[in-house]
Amino acid sequence: MSIRFSFGGDEHIFAEVSEDMSLEAFFTSLSMTNAVKAAGIKGVTEICPANASFQIKFDPDRIKPGDLLKELQSMEGAASKSDATLQTRIMEIPVLYQDPWTHETLMRFRERHQNPNATDLEYAAEVNGLGGVEDFIKAHSSQPWFVSMVGFVAGLPFLYQMVERKRQLQVPKYLRPRTDTPKLTIGHGGCFSCIYSVRGAGGYQMFGVTPMPIYDPSQKVNYLTDEMCLFRPGDIVKWKPVSRDEYDAAIEAVDANRYEPVIRAASFSLAAFNKDMAGTNAKLMEVLNGR
Amino acid sequence: MAVNVISPGLSTTVQDLGRPGYYHLGIPLSGGMDRFALRAANMLVGNDEGAAVLEAVFMGPELEFTEAATVAVAGGELPPKLNGDDRPTWEAFPVKPGDRLTFGFLKSGARAYIAVSGGIDVPVKLGSRSTYTLGALGGHEGRALKAGDSLPLGKGIPGKGAIPANLRRQPGNPAELRMLPGLYWHRITAAAGKQFFADTWKVAPEADRIGYRFKGGTALEFVPREQPFGAGSNPSNIVDACYPYGSIQVPGGTEPIVLHRDAVSGGGYMMLGCVISADMDLIGQLQPHSPARFVEVTMDQALAARHDRQAALAALRSHLGR
Repeated sequence: MSIRFSFGGDEHIFAEVSEDMSLEAFFTSLSMTNAVKAAGIKGVTEICPANASFQIKFDPDRIKPGDLLKELQSMEGAASKSDATLQTRIMEIPVLYQDPWTHETLMRFRERHQNPNATDLEYAAEVNGLGGVEDFIKAHSSQPWFVSMVGFVAGLPFLYQMVERKRQLQVPKYLRPRTDTPKLTIGHGGCFSCIYSVRGAGGYQMFGVTPMPIYDPSQKVNYLTDEMCLFRPGDIVKWKPVSRDEYDAAIEAVDANRYEPVIRAASFSLAAFNKDMAGTNAKLMEVLNGR
Repeated sequence: MAVNVISPGLSTTVQDLGRPGYYHLGIPLSGGMDRFALRAANMLVGNDEGAAVLEAVFMGPELEFTEAATVAVAGGELPPKLNGDDRPTWEAFPVKPGDRLTFGFLKSGARAYIAVSGGIDVPVKLGSRSTYTLGALGGHEGRALKAGDSLPLGKGIPGKGAIPANLRRQPGNPAELRMLPGLYWHRITAAAGKQFFADTWKVAPEADRIGYRFKGGTALEFVPREQPFGAGSNPSNIVDACYPYGSIQVPGGTEPIVLHRDAVSGGGYMMLGCVISADMDLIGQLQPHSPARFVEVTMDQALAARHDRQAALAALRSHLGR
């Protein structure tokens, strides 16, 4: 893979590792951004990894754009040879699929949808050739997902499903974006799922909600006191379908600030994953479940 | 020391020079959209250039002062009135306890920066007092001001002075926004690229701190390709990537959106390039329906324009003896 660099005005360098999404492209982006961080290049003010690309913001009064570009290009060889392993975390995110709040919202924006006569989940099941909503939820929640980007709005994770490409769930975005999405909605667009960290506009299909806050600017939520944003690129997520009763109990715990998310340290090797996806994912589940 | 908000205007927020360093988490810079005017207002009242001020868009707030202070209003021509009497823009004036500051109708520009000596002393969040309303972060309780709010002031020294018209900056008619083509520029045809610069666009009603949408130009013609895996089916879609500040995305190829200080940090639309740093302040002073053109520049021209802006700022400092 050869990285395509382009200046974004006089203050950014944008780097596209690959036009297509893949974990290989993500790992190259991550190792490049880690290398830029470690190099401590003067004048670099923001380092942002993304799914299959990354972006560096810089102060052209401190470093010439051409000099920074050369420096980045000189790192490319090492990044593409890095062994693509991560010491990371796996976490369980409870999801109430087919919840009343996203349902109310999707009904309000039906005229912006490809199929006004179906719910987002019914549509997603249909375009993926799955029997019905239950089968789709099973496909969505049975295998882990990889956080391949954090952004759009504060703390929002983009998640990439850890299965073979032909098994990836793909769903088009809304024809025209909604002006409203409930906070903590589980969304999906293209091959990515996401969790809307705040209420607001959005174009991804809506599948459900999680009771678990993932962004807290007041830093009062017990597991978000040090960092406002829960997710970092490289985190691994497992959705756990929950019932309305379980959801309500979790909300009660969140409101009392005694909710304890399930988060475990895990290691991940892209080579091992590519060799045996099912086996790698099974091992990750053992780590998550403390076995 | 406080400023009481009697009425908030349309959308008035606390802003300083911004919050760099958190874009990788989706937390944008925020800060004043017209930072030249923000600096000017602060200098007039004797503040540090980056002190927190109020940014009012289209319509001014009504404010009451509890202590003596110096006030200055710079940026868009939003005429201040103290206890009903006219006061100049771009000039420091004193206020006494109990004085009320109101504003007349906006004459030009879009955003006024209201600086008070001592600065608006809301808590610093992630290194800045700027308001990021989408993320409920910073400023006064993470939101635009409401009637009944009381804003603490820092301790200031009274400033004085005025800034003559030749040291101010306002967009032209049409506004000319210089841009460096790049990013996904190669996705559109040469003819479409030429037309993009030839068209005169109009600021759409959807113009805010996140971004400015433009309409009335020609829809883009894309270079045909098979869409990459994960990108989405529209030719304007890409695999979700970072969005630079000033980047010009064109969802569906129809209406360009220039991202600004409260930018969404990434998404799945191709971008044609970026408005250069020297012209970002101008966007903050554009009203809906006003005409604008995009003007192609090279990196060298972008850097020269940046130096011109620094020289303008230096002239301002020197005029005010700073």
